[in-house]
Amino acid sequence: MIHQTLEAALPKSKRFTLSSDQQALLLFIGLLLTFLGLWELGAKLKLFLPIMPSASQTIADFWFWISDPFFDNGPNDQGIGRLLLVSLRRVLMGFAIGSAIAIPLGILIGLSEVVSKAVDPFIQILRPVSPLAWLPLGLALMRDSEKTALFVIAITSIWPTLINTKFGVSQVDPTYLNVARTLGASRWRTISKVILPAAAPQIVSGLRISLGIAWLVIVAAEILLSGGIGYFVWNEWNNLKITSIITAILVIGLVGLIMDRLFGLLQHWFSFGQRS
Amino acid sequence: MHSSETLSPATPLSPAQPTAQLTAQLSLQQVSKVFPGRDRWSDKLLKRTSRPFVALDDINLEVKAGTFVSIIGPSGCGKSTLLNMIAGLSQPTTGTITLNDHPVVTPGPDRGVVFQNYALMPWMTVAENIRFAVETVYPQMSIVQQKSIVQDYIGLVGLGGAESKHPHELSGGMKQRVGIARALAINPQILLMDEPFGALDALTRGFLQDEVERIWEQERKTVILITHSIEEALLLSDQIVMMTRGPAARIAQVLEVPFPRPRKREELDQYPGYHSLKAAMEHHLSCETRAVEESRIRR
Repeated sequence: MIHQTLEAALPKSKRFTLSSDQQALLLFIGLLLTFLGLWELGAKLKLFLPIMPSASQTIADFWFWISDPFFDNGPNDQGIGRLLLVSLRRVLMGFAIGSAIAIPLGILIGLSEVVSKAVDPFIQILRPVSPLAWLPLGLALMRDSEKTALFVIAITSIWPTLINTKFGVSQVDPTYLNVARTLGASRWRTISKVILPAAAPQIVSGLRISLGIAWLVIVAAEILLSGGIGYFVWNEWNNLKITSIITAILVIGLVGLIMDRLFGLLQHWFSFGQRS
Repeated sequence: MHSSETLSPATPLSPAQPTAQLTAQLSLQQVSKVFPGRDRWSDKLLKRTSRPFVALDDINLEVKAGTFVSIIGPSGCGKSTLLNMIAGLSQPTTGTITLNDHPVVTPGPDRGVVFQNYALMPWMTVAENIRFAVETVYPQMSIVQQKSIVQDYIGLVGLGGAESKHPHELSGGMKQRVGIARALAINPQILLMDEPFGALDALTRGFLQDEVERIWEQERKTVILITHSIEEALLLSDQIVMMTRGPAARIAQVLEVPFPRPRKREELDQYPGYHSLKAAMEHHLSCETRAVEESRIRR
């Protein structure tokens, strides 16, 4: 009896059902097409301001930038890939500088309660400052737009890594530390073999947030400095080429997404064995 | 009945260590532990003062070399506090603890500790966890020798084949085998076990108790075992230390367990004296536990 009911139930469910992923994909495509359709219709019926391009114009321009990303016709006319490389190089360098400060400092703060309490006011006051507020200071100190960009990226990407590293280091499970103590492990061995590996997942998740913020900041910084994708956005605004701006927005978002995903993989790898 | 030249699976760790030193005689004299209360002005300001808490009061205990001693008592009586002091993780407020006539001040590799929650490093494999201990304690030893010790102890606890697994891939019982192997691999003079099977289900617990009995027959270390289980204490120990309830817990009585070894769980209740020992322990523990519960209600 049970077999029969099971057999009756199986083919029915097999007939035509989509997994939730497939349903979500269909809905995504539907939403995208509806959005593009309304946009195109609105532009055709002149519902928007005249500066607003139609969806088809934007897609055509998007394709123009994407199809040949590396052309170079002088400093003010470069392919979007070239611009991205400039921005990415700045972000990665600034991020590297920031991390090189944040991780050792975070470890130091995390290890010592006294240092932690002493340094905390500095962190709490500087952390909420908008990256752009640092920009004039950077220009005054560095007198160089390239260095200022790195300065701003570095100083804004310090905080999440610093705070996560501090917490990771100070919240290490005390039983791990007891194991090291009962074995008579030296301070250095305890730090390098126990505390750092235990804090690694937290440190990497701090780095992931920092990189995301660095990517947010670079566009704003480049608008005020020069070169890179941020400057491109500003330049195209001066040319009143909205299609290029929309292209840049999409590309910036995609690159940010890819970097985040790469870091997600790293995070997954570092949390090895600690997912239970 | 058992000769002292029992098979040791491990190669001698270092020729400098005479075999007589491999096991230790432990002595506790008038040991007490008081956790200080909070009564500084800042605490008073925040209305979070507390009175000092006397956890242990006047503990005197002599443990002969090569004996297996269980400490049993109602929960909250300071058993773990006592073990932590022997391990050197905390200091007694008064009194002294000596190991082979040397006072215990700090933690050290002459004492191997098995933790209740296994305390395996999740980012290290089984072999790496044990290797970490061996490498920490014997940094001069060649890597080949370290690896062979690790392999020997993995074999001793019956985990051959699981060397490269990470702790999250192991069952609770397997994790605690790694914990035991790690504690033994540094060749300590005394093994301290803090409710090692407390987090395991009953079947696994029984199985691991049998394993510990088997391993102890091979290693014959001095062992201090903290436990809640009367059967566990009777199966494994030469002596059972029964403690009173806290605060100010003391040793109520030390029972000798004269059963011959190796012991078999199935035959345990046939040894003469088993039932009277068990009855005495059950009586003591139920009285103490009842008193603990009543004092909690009154508080």
